[in-house]
Amino acid sequence: MNVLTENWSVFWEGFLGTVELTVFASLLALALGFLMASFRVAPVGSLRVFGTAWVTVLRNTPLTLLFFAVLLGLPRFGLVLPFKLFAVLALGCYTSAFICEALRSGINTVPRGQGEAARSLGMSFGQVLSVVVLPQAFRSVIPPVGSTLIALAKNSAIAGAFSVTELLGTYRTISELGYNIVWTFVWIAVGYLIVTLAISALFNFLERTWGVAR
Amino acid sequence: MTVDPLIELRGVNKHFGELHVLRDIDLTVGRGEVVVVIGPSGSGKSTLCRTVNRLETVESGTILIDGTPLPAEGRALARLRAEVGMVFQSFNLFAHKTVLQNVSLAQVKVRGRKRDEADRRSRELLARVGLAAQADKYPAQLSGGQQQRVAIARALAMDPKALLFDEPTSALDPEMINEVLEVMRQLARDGMTMVVVTHEMGFARSAANRVVFMADGTVVEDRSPEEFFTAPRSERAKDFLSKILKH
Repeated sequence: MNVLTENWSVFWEGFLGTVELTVFASLLALALGFLMASFRVAPVGSLRVFGTAWVTVLRNTPLTLLFFAVLLGLPRFGLVLPFKLFAVLALGCYTSAFICEALRSGINTVPRGQGEAARSLGMSFGQVLSVVVLPQAFRSVIPPVGSTLIALAKNSAIAGAFSVTELLGTYRTISELGYNIVWTFVWIAVGYLIVTLAISALFNFLERTWGVAR
Repeated sequence: MTVDPLIELRGVNKHFGELHVLRDIDLTVGRGEVVVVIGPSGSGKSTLCRTVNRLETVESGTILIDGTPLPAEGRALARLRAEVGMVFQSFNLFAHKTVLQNVSLAQVKVRGRKRDEADRRSRELLARVGLAAQADKYPAQLSGGQQQRVAIARALAMDPKALLFDEPTSALDPEMINEVLEVMRQLARDGMTMVVVTHEMGFARSAANRVVFMADGTVVEDRSPEEFFTAPRSERAKDFLSKILKH
């Protein structure tokens, strides 16, 4: 117990780091995933190709490799940003591929006729998607998007290996001080549980509010 | 008789893979005319109907709406689609919107009307199709016939120049078919230009100016209903009519 109380500020900082990474990367992943899903169902061929390439590359790259590519690669092209921002970029882009596919599977659950009816009334592609298709798709993608964001929260641990302050990385500081490593990890796990259960609770709430009663 | 053509198809061709669904279709629909398209299933009649507002693309030929060639995907196409209403076999009402919202939505989003102005127009139209009392229900709470009448009101709300009906009564219970056909007959009497793909021969006889009989992707006959039903010229039409009129 005293591992926690005596190192409260270290844990707390790490916890905040993880929360920050999770929140910002989630927002980026949702925005990009939304955009890429729109691309993948767009009537314009080049957009579809771009969306497909985005998903294929990011979904099939190990996240650690992606971190290396972003944190070590981008500076070579003159793009120097704080490591934390790089970490958000890597996590957000990586997760956006999964969000995109979850959204797209949701779009596919909406009967074809819904989009056709909207188009036959003269709505633009953007309107068809935002007013008719996505609101209906949204209801069925709440659970998979929740799972994806929980995975993101846990994946943020990789950022610790690249000297970004986050929860898992705190074990190094604490074990150097000679504390019991097992208890350190237990408290770290509790920290992750708080984040992931909070995401679960949020998505349970969303599902109860918006989920379809079919 | 077609002095003022509103919809024109010239030499339209389309394949679904190997299947040649539309073969050199020429068809003109005049303003105010009601054209009923009939034919055996797989004859291409639904596809024909859907090419008119480009829900199906064509491979060759031209389609003109009010003298303007059908534009490719984009804003111009969306504008044109707003002028040509469509009623589907499976109604396709927006499941997450109330009846009133279904009718108002495109008025606001496409026509740029104010919400209350659109709602007023929607209630008018819902009254016209006999559903004023259902405005606040969701589509799933209505019967098929009621849903289809809402769909007609939704199409009318755009003040279209023409209406396309793609088998509007084929998904309905027999007892609900008439309430939909009655609304369509009223529209025909009011001078709406209509292309109706249907199996309802009674409707074709009573409301159509012309009957277009399709088989294997071609227009086999294009005549007045009286002539077509009493004295079909082609063997194909005779065969078709003998099968459906016997029972």
